[in-house]
Amino acid sequence: MKLRRDVFQAIADPTRRAILLLVTTQAMTAGAIASNFDTARPTVSKHLQILTACDLLQQEQRGREVYYHLNPEKMKEIADFVEPFRKMWDDRFNKLEAVMKKSTNN
Amino acid sequence: MGRSIQQTGSRYEKIYKQLKMEQKTKINAEEGKQELTITREFDLPLALLFKAYEEPEFIEQWMGTKVLKLENKKHGSYLFETSHQGNVMFRANGTIHEFIPNQTIIRTFEMENAEIGVQLEFLEFEKLTEQTSRLTMQVIYRSVEHRAVQLKMPFAYGLNMAHDQLQQVMTNLI
Repeated sequence: MKLRRDVFQAIADPTRRAILLLVTTQAMTAGAIASNFDTARPTVSKHLQILTACDLLQQEQRGREVYYHLNPEKMKEIADFVEPFRKMWDDRFNKLEAVMKKSTNN
Repeated sequence: MGRSIQQTGSRYEKIYKQLKMEQKTKINAEEGKQELTITREFDLPLALLFKAYEEPEFIEQWMGTKVLKLENKKHGSYLFETSHQGNVMFRANGTIHEFIPNQTIIRTFEMENAEIGVQLEFLEFEKLTEQTSRLTMQVIYRSVEHRAVQLKMPFAYGLNMAHDQLQQVMTNLI
């Protein structure tokens, strides 16, 4: 299987987004994650592989079990990507609002 | 276990919604598409919002650029320029395809000497209440790659954008 390492590709899939939500509060094993889905376990396992490949999930060995947890840095990267652009427009529009409000006072 | 995903999900949704609610300006840039949508609700009557796009005097104030030319009509064109200490820092031009006061502007936009290329913009102005209005800007780029250049621009400049809000959300989640 060719892994897609693009984070945006990774979060485009609803099941993968659901997996990310699941592990936001606690690290979970593949089995525990899979038990939340009706999908076949190998499918969930593939999703986990993709999420791990693009660093959204990190694996942690605890005894004999492998736990998956969220990599907040990577999550931040995704959200941050559009955020500066949004902020730039937000600042611009705030200015517009202020300028036009002032215009009515004159 | 079926419940836990719902609980986690709803908690995330709640925080996410809260974050979105606080944002007056929203960007929708779907993966793999060569367009994006910018939406903003203004604490301004529709006519006043439209004026901000119609009159050079106001454009100059809020965009911080000189308006060298602005023909608000079908087949009209415009040219903006920003200079700093005698040097031209920014020049943008375009052609107006549709100009319906208090409703629609359809135009092209091109930032000169930039890799983004020409973009097509659909601006829709809507009245929400007597005192509030909404602007929806649909921007279409030549390709997905051209859009990526645009999105990365402020990102690359690293405009010291504090991502406090997000960080806070992430901290709350973890």
